[in-house]
Amino acid sequence: MNGVTSLWSYLSTTPLTWLTATVLAYLAADAAARHLGNAPWANPVLFSVFLVAPVLWLTGTDYATYFEGAQFIHFLLGPATVALALPLWDNRDTIKRSVAPILLALLAGSLVAAGSAILLARAFALPTEVILSLAPKSTTAPVALGISEAVGGIPTLTAVLVILTGIIGAVTVTPLMNLLRIADWRARGFAVGVAAHGIGTARAFQVNEVAGAYAGIAMALNALLTSLIVPVFVRWLM
Amino acid sequence: MLPTLGLLLGCQLFGEVAARGLSLPIPGPVLGLAALILILWTNPPVAETVRTTVGVILANLSLMFVPAGVGVIGNLDVLSGDWFALLIILVASTLLSMLAAVATFVGVSRLIERRSE
Repeated sequence: MNGVTSLWSYLSTTPLTWLTATVLAYLAADAAARHLGNAPWANPVLFSVFLVAPVLWLTGTDYATYFEGAQFIHFLLGPATVALALPLWDNRDTIKRSVAPILLALLAGSLVAAGSAILLARAFALPTEVILSLAPKSTTAPVALGISEAVGGIPTLTAVLVILTGIIGAVTVTPLMNLLRIADWRARGFAVGVAAHGIGTARAFQVNEVAGAYAGIAMALNALLTSLIVPVFVRWLM
Repeated sequence: MLPTLGLLLGCQLFGEVAARGLSLPIPGPVLGLAALILILWTNPPVAETVRTTVGVILANLSLMFVPAGVGVIGNLDVLSGDWFALLIILVASTLLSMLAAVATFVGVSRLIERRSE
């Protein structure tokens, strides 16, 4: 019994356990999503979270301990963002021809994302710091946290809202675009990248390579634009 | 695989240094992305060197959001009494943003095509 206890005290604290758990949960989630024909609701991020979270809860493991292992995967977000350069490069000819739609759709998507969030939150009479935390929700997490802090929001709340936005965008984009009968993969990908950052981009790559490339452009450009417009919007709309 | 990883990390490091050094409001990895495009521009064969590894990374982009996603579960209490309003706002705002972007993209594309005909 003592041996089991000391073995568990090793396993529960070593980063290896939670790194392995994260990879295995993702492999199972991804296999399940494929098995379901990559249905919109079968989101690999969502499925993985639903697999890992109960294990942490049942074993009484706190997030800090989990993250000691999971940070190695979290860290890969940086190199993965750099890697988006390749699909952009591959699609350079079509991108050059669609500079105008890209820039105008960026402006429209970005303004509506931040503006509608602030106005809706005001309509619901949410507390000021909650509205400020909500405003940058459509941009990639590190940028959103920086903006939230700068305008007086709560970064932890922003982190949760950003991830939820990503999952909502990834789950709704396919049904929405099919409903609207949008056949242009550039437009479909761009829309989800601008509204739902990296998680939306991951969904786009799951569906179509061109959509993924355009989602990547949208995410990168929106990181820049949102950090410029949210401080202005906050002054106007609050 | 390793040369690609070295190149990606090198570009990111360059991006982080540039973003901090010039205090730009752009995240380091996004500047790193721009740096890699410049490298591909000046040296196109690099594209084939990195293709396999980059393909694996981008096909599994969802994996990298799992640690942050798990963090959300533990922090759901920050949504407190506002969770229902916040959920409605997130869904509505995300759909509106996608609608605005896709309508603009398709509209402007059609306008340009019609003009060039």
